Amino acid sequence: MSAVPLLKVSDVSKFYGSRIGCRNVSFELYPGEVLAIVGESGSGKTTLLSCLSTRLMPTSGVVEYHMRDGQYRDLARMSEAERRFLMRTDWGFVHQNPADGLRMTVSAGANVGERLMAVGDRHYGNIRAAAGDWLRRVEIEEDRIDDQPRAFSGGMRQRLQIARNLVTSPRLVFMDEPTGGLDVSVQARLLDLVRGLVHDLGLAAVIVTHDLAVARLLSHRMMVMKDGAVIEQGLTDRVLDDPREPYTQLLVSSILQV
Amino acid sequence: MNDLANYNFAYLDEQTKRMIRRAILKAIAIPGYQVPFASREMPMPYGWGTGGVQVTASILGPSDVLKVIDQGADDTTNAVSIRAFFQKVANVAVTTRTADATIIQTRHRIPEEKLGEGQTLVYQVPIPEPLRFLEPRETETRKMHALEEYGLMHVKLYEDIARNGHIATTYAYPVKVEGRYVMDPSPTPKFDNPKMHMSEALQLFGAGREKRIYAVPPYTEVVSLDFEDHPFEVQKFDRPCALCGAENVYLDEVVLDDKGGRMFVCSDTDHCEDRRAHGHAGAMLAPAAKESQEAAE
Repeated sequence: MSAVPLLKVSDVSKFYGSRIGCRNVSFELYPGEVLAIVGESGSGKTTLLSCLSTRLMPTSGVVEYHMRDGQYRDLARMSEAERRFLMRTDWGFVHQNPADGLRMTVSAGANVGERLMAVGDRHYGNIRAAAGDWLRRVEIEEDRIDDQPRAFSGGMRQRLQIARNLVTSPRLVFMDEPTGGLDVSVQARLLDLVRGLVHDLGLAAVIVTHDLAVARLLSHRMMVMKDGAVIEQGLTDRVLDDPREPYTQLLVSSILQV
Repeated sequence: MNDLANYNFAYLDEQTKRMIRRAILKAIAIPGYQVPFASREMPMPYGWGTGGVQVTASILGPSDVLKVIDQGADDTTNAVSIRAFFQKVANVAVTTRTADATIIQTRHRIPEEKLGEGQTLVYQVPIPEPLRFLEPRETETRKMHALEEYGLMHVKLYEDIARNGHIATTYAYPVKVEGRYVMDPSPTPKFDNPKMHMSEALQLFGAGREKRIYAVPPYTEVVSLDFEDHPFEVQKFDRPCALCGAENVYLDEVVLDDKGGRMFVCSDTDHCEDRRAHGHAGAMLAPAAKESQEAAE
């Protein structure tokens, strides 16, 4: 891991009128590091993720990103064109519902190739080869390249969404409940895949989940949120094995044992 | 007194024309950019050329000579009606000869004869937004134009190749204007796309229902989108026009009977008639007509 953080978050708050989305969140994320944000529904996890990924503007606070040219840029001060360019090159965003992140009416190959075409790739053969390669890496048979995601199962759609995001070799990926709504065996394979990819590509990731097992499997570090604030953070194993806050203890002890 | 006396010259009132001319000027200043305008109700249904008619009405002067074509033909319903309309409300000279016209309103074709300086081509446009079928939100497509995010346009072409092995879009083929805006050339066959490039004539596009005007000024670069390994190419016909023998023109297929008989003729009727008047004859030209042509020679 490099000594320079990829993302610097200081005192980020988001208010919806008088209601609190999240407040005074600060942390740093290093290259290759996976951070899990856990907490119950309504604790502000998704609001925080949206603020980090520029989908929402924070009410106060600063999010800075370490650009490829070595400069830190305040995301809120970037132009929309720059933000959108960052979004489709250096970043990825994996939605809980694959239909939100995929184009359901164009083929799997075009879904993966879209980002390449968006950054100026104009060679059909190369785009198709890259798409085929990525489908293989996310364990989708290459002969499904011309099928639409509508014809895919939930797990395949999620894997396709991951391939679509990773094709431009991003450095930072945001994931919002990536395994939500999948059955456990499919979940396990997806987690395996994500863990492998994150490791091989040296990706940094911010993963929002309410599933502590997912957090334990994927993340190095985790933050526990309650009522919009971070109440505990630390190494994943430390937080899960030795929770300090009463709420975290409750959360950990609420896991169903089979 | 004639009822038409109540109408202003060329049907629209002067304030409306002024508004439309402003939109046209803006469109010319930003080639390929869709300028919103306050489209008026016209005495014809949407989809029949309300946008084109408003543009024509706004630029028409008493000394203009108007030609109206529909799929290349001067004698189809839409063309005849619009021509008659302007004869009535503006009392302008009309013609079917491409070279004589100063304004040509067209539905989905560009005349075969090369247009020159001083001529204006007015297109009727049903859906001005080239990104519409890929991105239904207008707010989003306008943003994509503003930020020059045109990757999605190539996704459509990619899909074509993946399904058909080649780019199967044959009409409304997207173009990039002056290296900036991606534009829908209206549903003209892609055969006509190269004619838009560096055209000497001014090209104006009016979409009445969608309330947009856009333009390609003379001598403007118009490039059809493609892939490096699947370059843009136009339709080719394996036979000449059956009536005038012309090659390298856009042909219409005409079914002759229910036994599979058919012929291919120029879609540009003026071009075809002009060639026949100059003694060119195709394989299926009626013998009587051929004889009279030979006699004339």
